[in-house]
Amino acid sequence: MVTMVSSVKGNLDTIPKLVAQHINTKPDQPAYREKEFGIWQSWSWAEAGKEIENLSHGLLGLGIGVGEHVAIIGRNRPHLYWAMLAAQEIRAVPVPVYQDSVAEEIAYVLDHCEASFVFAENQEQVDKVLDVQESLPKLKGIIFLDPRGMRKYSKDGLFDYRAVQKNGENASAKIKKERHKRLTEQSAGDSCAMLYTSGTTGRPKGVVLSHNNVIKTSQASCDFDNLNSKDSVLAYLPMAWVGDFIFSIGQATWSGFCVCCPENTETMQHDLKEIGPSYFFAPPRYFEGLLTDVMIRMEDAGYFQNTLFKYFMGHAQKVGSLILDGKPVSTIDKLKYQLGRFFIYGPLLNTLGMTNIRVGYTAGEAIGPEIFNFYRSLGVNLKQLYGQTEASVFITQQPDGQVHADTVGVPSPGVELRIGENGEVFYRSPGVFVEYFKNTKSTNETKDSDGWVATGDAGFLEPESGHLRIIDRAKDVGKMKNGSLFAPKFVENKLKFYPNILEAVLFGAGKDKCVAFINIDLQAVGNWAERNNIAYSSYQELSGHPKVYGMIKEHINEVNNSLSKDKMLSGCQIARFLILHKELDADDGELTRTRKVRRRVIEDKFRELINALYDGKKEIFTKTEVAYEDGSKGSISATLKLEDAVIHDVNVSEGNAA
Amino acid sequence: MKKQQASGYTTADGRKIGGPVMEMENITLRFGGVTAIQDISFDILEGEIRAIIGPNGAGKSSMLNVINGFYHPQDGRILYKGVERKPLKPYEIAHQGIARTFQNIALFKGMSTLDNIMTGRLTHMKSSMVSQALWWGAAEKEEVENREKVEKIIDFLEIQTIRKTPVGRLPYGLQKRVELGRALAAEPSLLLLDEPMAGMNVEEKEDMSRFILDVNDEFATTIALIEHDMGVVMDIADRVVVMDYGKKIGDGTPNEVRNNQAVIDAYLGVTHE
Repeated sequence: MVTMVSSVKGNLDTIPKLVAQHINTKPDQPAYREKEFGIWQSWSWAEAGKEIENLSHGLLGLGIGVGEHVAIIGRNRPHLYWAMLAAQEIRAVPVPVYQDSVAEEIAYVLDHCEASFVFAENQEQVDKVLDVQESLPKLKGIIFLDPRGMRKYSKDGLFDYRAVQKNGENASAKIKKERHKRLTEQSAGDSCAMLYTSGTTGRPKGVVLSHNNVIKTSQASCDFDNLNSKDSVLAYLPMAWVGDFIFSIGQATWSGFCVCCPENTETMQHDLKEIGPSYFFAPPRYFEGLLTDVMIRMEDAGYFQNTLFKYFMGHAQKVGSLILDGKPVSTIDKLKYQLGRFFIYGPLLNTLGMTNIRVGYTAGEAIGPEIFNFYRSLGVNLKQLYGQTEASVFITQQPDGQVHADTVGVPSPGVELRIGENGEVFYRSPGVFVEYFKNTKSTNETKDSDGWVATGDAGFLEPESGHLRIIDRAKDVGKMKNGSLFAPKFVENKLKFYPNILEAVLFGAGKDKCVAFINIDLQAVGNWAERNNIAYSSYQELSGHPKVYGMIKEHINEVNNSLSKDKMLSGCQIARFLILHKELDADDGELTRTRKVRRRVIEDKFRELINALYDGKKEIFTKTEVAYEDGSKGSISATLKLEDAVIHDVNVSEGNAA
Repeated sequence: MKKQQASGYTTADGRKIGGPVMEMENITLRFGGVTAIQDISFDILEGEIRAIIGPNGAGKSSMLNVINGFYHPQDGRILYKGVERKPLKPYEIAHQGIARTFQNIALFKGMSTLDNIMTGRLTHMKSSMVSQALWWGAAEKEEVENREKVEKIIDFLEIQTIRKTPVGRLPYGLQKRVELGRALAAEPSLLLLDEPMAGMNVEEKEDMSRFILDVNDEFATTIALIEHDMGVVMDIADRVVVMDYGKKIGDGTPNEVRNNQAVIDAYLGVTHE
């Protein structure tokens, strides 16, 4: 099957060729949908093709040269995907940028990639670019999509997206010839896109992916899950993230499935329900949030509904995953499951927009086993994958029927895996990136001469199943003072599985005990407070409430208890903790734009709090600078309580018995 | 009072202001023995944002009701689009092309955002009641056309998320935005806003200011607004009328008004030295 498909598509080695093929073979099939003005608008492959062609002619008219970078800033919209495809048609390289980045972050990326043109979705994004324009000598122009509010801007260097397309429509023969020439000269080795890593450490790096990288990976992953032109996907994750690029450009142009864009960021859940995609990706935090939401709503439901829900959910927990994996289940259980599907699972899945999901993935962070099993027991084929920008996403993924909450699956087709001496995971695949842009040093550090790439993650292959299990970031895994293993993320994930805990940061490398910062989940804890008549006026006040402290302390004690049963990690039990007075925020640099904890930044910023935890103080006054959305700065101060938790003796045998 | 410039000019940010849409000449309005408005004259030019400010009880809301034809003054002359206005019947008021929002939100609480804004299109619908009830012939086509207009407004005001939400469940700031949407749906030639920022927090005020400026800019709608928040008025208005105890005590650009001694006295009280 795989070889047959490959031979048919053998000469389709660039994205523009794939697009052209869909235009020829299925011109009337929907390629893009977007909800606008309350209606799902759609574009067939032929219509999308025309839009892209006009735009690429227009871009040539603006004088964009081969290999020049074109940045794209905005939320997921068909027009911006076309901008990427149009840039590729004229052998320019699209560079999607995180739309919620502040001006300085955008300035860094635009300066580093030397972008000649920027596609900006609307006035807000145009303003950000104009703010930093002076530091960008290479920037020749900004193309804006939404003209609202743009009339008063001076016209120099500002172009209306539709006007560019209009110019492209009336393009001269010379320009048309030029596009044709560039298309013919394009090869699989050309840069397909440059994507900036979120930069958990230091400045973001520009990862250059070739057409070959993207297409080979897309082909393998489409075959793996049998994705085809009848599938559809909701494109709602940041365009700058490699996952969205591979799903909405790579896999979509390989298999020809329809890319649907929500009306705006807030309506995503509603639009998901309307579209009911068959292929879906969401980070663990999304699934967690949704589950919390369902549970809170069920608490408000009447006695009858609640009882029915609990009864059938209990049954789903027992047999749902087994039925999904095609394992044997008694006939009575099967019938009961069908009944549950009619009363509970079906309507619930419909509300969540998951009715049609054939393939669902989650990745990026560890997902709590209860959360993972909740969706699987409802019949959602939710799986895990492990990937990186440098790998064009796919390194390992879980095949249907071999799904576990604590592993990330087997190597994806075409990927070789190796575990280094220090436990670090290495891989080699057709998707391995070309280079970090203008950073040979980092390229050589990450990728060796044989093409093996260091992931920076520590993990091991489970001997029985051959599945990869990730423990932590390799450089974060350390030793405690007494020599026992320190794996912060492992512990943090255990904490984060509690709905009340949104974020946790563990410290303790080189020390004799571990301490932790906790961020409460305002939605979950707020709801709890409401039910218990606990008044609060702000996040800060709620997080400092003695009862909240008590609740979190209980969670920590439970985690300590479970850690004490793990021979390797019993040293990571949390001796003391505090609940932070502010939510960790990407705007303050504490999280990456993909919401991963920036450990070093937090460690530096809150040094005095960590020291206080180790000094055994009972409370500490602190003042923290925060950045607001509009870029202005302020500060919040609070007196934080520092609490002790219960440390358990290491007792593996007792743990096993319990 | 000195007569204002009678016809068009160009603002600093390049908007073209046309001739007068509404001219008020020596308006006096009495309720029994109370004189609410006394001998006031001013004009509203096409395309401008005209603010009416003043302390409590100055007669601002009465003035707005005179402008939209709800009250007819005992003395004075009102020229709307160059034609002198006679006392109007309610349906005539609705059809003259002046839309307004209210100080206390006047929406249909149980209806969705979409339906509320659709009511703003009422004066543009011509099909008969029977045809509408049967959803037949012209009614269907008309609803589709009007729905399209309404969806553009929903998009403009960025309220897609609450399209189907009953407005009674919405926070105050959003309800105000829905009310603005309903007024816009009428495609008015003159838009009256009665305290659009009352009861809002800073962020909501900023949003609303932006929408008012955008409405004026994108649709070239002439806007007259009453507002308490001096900061907001001075930021967004092209010209300001200041009222106190039913009289006009100032008229001009925000800067002129800000430096007008009578205005300062009315707002801060007269200082004793």
